[in-house]
Amino acid sequence: MYPASFEYHSPTTVKDALGLMGKLGDDAKLLAGGHSLIPMMKLRLAQPKHLIDLRNVPGLKGVKEDGGTIVIGAMTTWYELETNAIVKAKCPIVSETASIVGDPAVRNLGTIGGGLAHADPAADMPATAIACNFEMVCEGPKGRRTVKVDEWFQGLMSTALKEDEILVEVRVPALAKGTGAAYLKFPHPASRFAIVGVAAVISTDGKGTCSKASIGVTGAGTKAVRAKGVEAGLSGKNLAGAGAIEAAAQKGAEGVDVQADLQGSVEYKAHLCRVFAKRAVEAAAKRAG
Amino acid sequence: MKLPVKMTINGQSVSHEVEPRFLLVHYIRETVGLTGTHVGCDTSQCGACTITLNGQAVKSCTLFTVQADGANIMTIEGLAKDGELHPIQQGFWEKHGLQCGFCTPGMIMLAVQMLERYPKPSEEVIRHQLEGNLCRCTGYHNIVKAIEWAADKMAAAK
Amino acid sequence: MAVTEDRLFGKSIKRREDPRFITGQGRYVDDLKLPGMTYAAFVRSPHAHARIKGIDTTAAKAHPGVVAVFTGKDMTGVNSLPCGWDLRKEKGIPGVVQDLAMVPHMPLTSDVARHVGDPVAVVIADSQSAATDAAEKVNVTWEPLPAVTATDKAEKGPKIHDVPTGNVAFKWALGDAAATDAAFKTGGAVTVKKRIVNQRLVANAMEPRACVARYEDATGELTLWVTSQNPHVHRLLMCAFVLGIPEHKVRVIAPDVGGGFGSKIFLYNEEVVCSWASRKIKRPIRWTASRREAYMTDAHGRDHVTDAEIALSKEGKILGLRVKTTANLGAYLSTFAPAVPTFLYGTLLNGVYAIGAIHVDVTGVFTNTTAVDAYRGAGRPEACYVLERMVDAGAAALKMDPAELRRKNFIPKFSGAFNTLVAVTYDSGDYAGALDKLMQVFDYKKFRAEQAEARTQGRLLGVGFSTYIEACSIAPSKVVGALGAGAGLYESGTVRVHPTGMVTVYTGSHSHGQGHETTFAQLVADDLGIPMEQVEVIHGDTGQIAFGMGTYGSRSASVGGTAIKMSLNKIKEKGKLIAAHLLEASPKDIEYVKGQFQVKGVPAKAVPFGAVSLTAYVPHNYPEGLEPGLDETSFYDPSNFCFPFGAHACVVEVEPETGKVNVVKYVAVDDVGNVINPMIVDGMVHGGIAQGVGQALWEGAVYDNDSGQLMTGSMMDYAMPKADMLPAYVTDRTVTPTPVNPLGVKGAGETGTIASTPAVVNAVVDALAGLGVDHIDAMPLTAERVWKTIQAAKAGK
Repeated sequence: MYPASFEYHSPTTVKDALGLMGKLGDDAKLLAGGHSLIPMMKLRLAQPKHLIDLRNVPGLKGVKEDGGTIVIGAMTTWYELETNAIVKAKCPIVSETASIVGDPAVRNLGTIGGGLAHADPAADMPATAIACNFEMVCEGPKGRRTVKVDEWFQGLMSTALKEDEILVEVRVPALAKGTGAAYLKFPHPASRFAIVGVAAVISTDGKGTCSKASIGVTGAGTKAVRAKGVEAGLSGKNLAGAGAIEAAAQKGAEGVDVQADLQGSVEYKAHLCRVFAKRAVEAAAKRAG
Repeated sequence: MKLPVKMTINGQSVSHEVEPRFLLVHYIRETVGLTGTHVGCDTSQCGACTITLNGQAVKSCTLFTVQADGANIMTIEGLAKDGELHPIQQGFWEKHGLQCGFCTPGMIMLAVQMLERYPKPSEEVIRHQLEGNLCRCTGYHNIVKAIEWAADKMAAAK
Repeated sequence: MAVTEDRLFGKSIKRREDPRFITGQGRYVDDLKLPGMTYAAFVRSPHAHARIKGIDTTAAKAHPGVVAVFTGKDMTGVNSLPCGWDLRKEKGIPGVVQDLAMVPHMPLTSDVARHVGDPVAVVIADSQSAATDAAEKVNVTWEPLPAVTATDKAEKGPKIHDVPTGNVAFKWALGDAAATDAAFKTGGAVTVKKRIVNQRLVANAMEPRACVARYEDATGELTLWVTSQNPHVHRLLMCAFVLGIPEHKVRVIAPDVGGGFGSKIFLYNEEVVCSWASRKIKRPIRWTASRREAYMTDAHGRDHVTDAEIALSKEGKILGLRVKTTANLGAYLSTFAPAVPTFLYGTLLNGVYAIGAIHVDVTGVFTNTTAVDAYRGAGRPEACYVLERMVDAGAAALKMDPAELRRKNFIPKFSGAFNTLVAVTYDSGDYAGALDKLMQVFDYKKFRAEQAEARTQGRLLGVGFSTYIEACSIAPSKVVGALGAGAGLYESGTVRVHPTGMVTVYTGSHSHGQGHETTFAQLVADDLGIPMEQVEVIHGDTGQIAFGMGTYGSRSASVGGTAIKMSLNKIKEKGKLIAAHLLEASPKDIEYVKGQFQVKGVPAKAVPFGAVSLTAYVPHNYPEGLEPGLDETSFYDPSNFCFPFGAHACVVEVEPETGKVNVVKYVAVDDVGNVINPMIVDGMVHGGIAQGVGQALWEGAVYDNDSGQLMTGSMMDYAMPKADMLPAYVTDRTVTPTPVNPLGVKGAGETGTIASTPAVVNAVVDALAGLGVDHIDAMPLTAERVWKTIQAAKAGK
């Protein structure tokens, strides 16, 4: 497979990368791990004239702690997230989600920044990003700004990232005490993308009552969304109570613009949203204790 | 415009000028002439092109050659040392882990990483780790056995 | 032939082909690079059905690096790709109700494109990237036409070929209609009717199809390296039918080939175009399919829509079976397409059962889809699926245990001949024996107890059986000739003994994963009593091998192996003459024992094999009138098919909430006759099971009937089994040697695929039986389909 020709650029600073983007405009695409873009280029579904590879830009990789926040460089790979000690200790759902993206070889190169900027509607991390309230740090010609996850996913493969910006960092709040989180998905048997995936972050008061619920749903619609109905249904409820989670999970498809395709009808995918909302909340609540 | 690249493949230093759009797998196969790495799909699903890049298993079809500039690469041809098969290669032979042989180099290279990360993998771990490598001949049964065999052999050697 | 411990025959010997594959030294077609190589890219139809109003190649020709651009109009004097199977009344072919419409299939279509991916032009350039770039610059003016892709809508769909019979390619029937009608009217008979959809599949050999064509102007020789299961067939069809070039000037080489599963039997457009174009440009040309091209152009498999009815007595005896099938052939007739839904399908509907009466009716239809031809099992899986599903549906209707119902109807154990109601004669069988062994390996009673317990917890566990039969060892030439085959289906085998006693075996069979280099060497070394290291096996090259019909239909060991065995016999007969001369004995007093020719019963009075071979090539002290040399070729044409059989059981658990099916356990007992290398046979059974499970649960080529687009055109969409979707398999066997060939071997390449699909589906239906489900119309049993079935059952629909 031969993609269409392009010019390759390998800047060594974010500033240089931004400069190139400013100069090349729409003709340029950023290259992170390449695992979304390159397959599209091979099929010539994408034919950028310029690729700006971020791999030689220092400071975009790795995980560090900043108070109660985990700071993840945008070029950090799924495998690094899967195995990183800080992430596993402070927000294990991010590791768990990363560990079921694609396959082992894909996870070695694919990056969190690339994934969140590409915003594939069936990608896994967007659900977890919503549930965990990620913040995306974007750098542009005028400096940095932070975008909250609820403003990030704007539509089919479109995000709040502006054309002259680079997603440089993802900020993940560490899970508070008494909080449990889980991401569960129903994978496509071939691609392993999520037909439906639900991430749940549940905080309890220690006696089984839900003090806060944060739920993200991916796969079923054109973009990942927050399941506000489920969150409202859980808040203040004693989760040990018979049917409490199941009742809340009934709103799992609310606000999802469910799309029918070969993997399922609207009816079925909406049903899966409810099933996986229930399962994810149950798993998260169990971990919350 | 062609760009210079330099990398180490199976311990040998190689350098060429390549078109940026040239995928690493094509560089390995067509330019360097190591044809053991195969192309089985165009969507990064099959894993026949799996190699290790700086010690990690990657799909060489989903990487431009220019991205591998400076890398240390190993392909299936570099796995046996001084004519002695790697235990994973032996395992595939002993346990009949291959039939047509086309997916085999990718399977073996992925297994190299797998056993580094999981020296004593359960059957479940092996099957999960193989999710990016397709085989149409074996039904995976003997591939799992081959990797189990290699894991035992490598553990015994330690 | 008894197989004993000290023999190579019957031993699990490690494969001698493996060292090259596990070190990356395999040599596949795409690995080949020749001086002056050019690269081809095909321009294909983006439409399912469209008239070509014009093709402008100007810009493509001007693209840097482009050597040539050809369209169909340039290929003057080139004929249609042939269909090698005829179905015509005037030829006396049995069962023909409506003659086959022999529609043309041009290597590059120049009037109308009839499926997405139909090639219309080829661009040849100095590099693959230049060819691919320039192909995008070929400007085709299309007039899109209405299309039809669905099997059950084809007859009334827009006409695809200019033939009076429209989209009905043929009609064919087999069996006794009147007797079947009568059976269904038997007093007290319980009848069940079901719609059974056997969906379209894509073989997906891991190595995409590829070819390298090299024409040498000085000698007029054309060499074609091609991903083929049968290089001689490729050569014959290309020379005699399409290009009209001299066969003796064409050499076809199928080197290491990365799987076939049927899809690499056929003669395809691309290899014909590259062969033709290489003669034009006088340079070698390489073409390798991208996976996307493979999905669009490799012959697909299956695609039947069937209405089946079974009539049973209250006691559970099968009184009658009536089957009406529409088979989708795609847009063109692929090489063996008409045989698959007819003689490889209808003839297997008797299964392993004594059935009162059978009638089958088949309509083949054209659609705007990729051509359909043999895919692993080819017709036999479709037949087995219909029968095994109907037997289960019958058992459900009678509230009878499905294993018990099967047992009641088995044909009793026999060896020699059992004439079925559908025109074939089984060779040997012990069907109850296979089921007994299965029940022993798989503790059935224990499972039913577990299942009952699971149901009380709301868990849906199920078991499915499949007691299958298949026809392989394809095939007696006279028989298939009478049925419409354009070719004979014998095989050749040459045993060349070198002066030093080393042996090279040349087989017309082709190995693309089957391990012939090991199995045949084992066979020869065993027969001659010499070390395996002294035997080399050559295959896949028309320049080296006398002739060959290749590998498909589980025929290599039984047909190819027997041809080798016949040559071994000739070698030994000639060797006896030489040895007798050297020992000054009578040839009739010489026997061959463990690597030496000896006077009967006197091992001390002997000449070793190597001494005889040396004498044959240095014939100083030599029998009068005997030709020097020790090199024999045989052609074996089997007297009958062989019929492997067995019993498989699959256990599944269905997730009630999502409909997802998990395969928990799979037990296979196969009877493939004698086994030369059990490890290799088991390996093929494993792979076959995986493909059959794949069909049952995940795989399916889907076209959008409105746009005619292939919706599953990549490995992201077409779901093949991965390692974590399958369990470890339990395999076992019974051994009922065939009397058809001297090796007693039947065939093992397809049993797993044939048996497993119904076993899995029967298991899912069994899991849902408690909800009142007795059938699911269509495969694959995706989670959604199963979930919907559960919802409908719960709603009492």
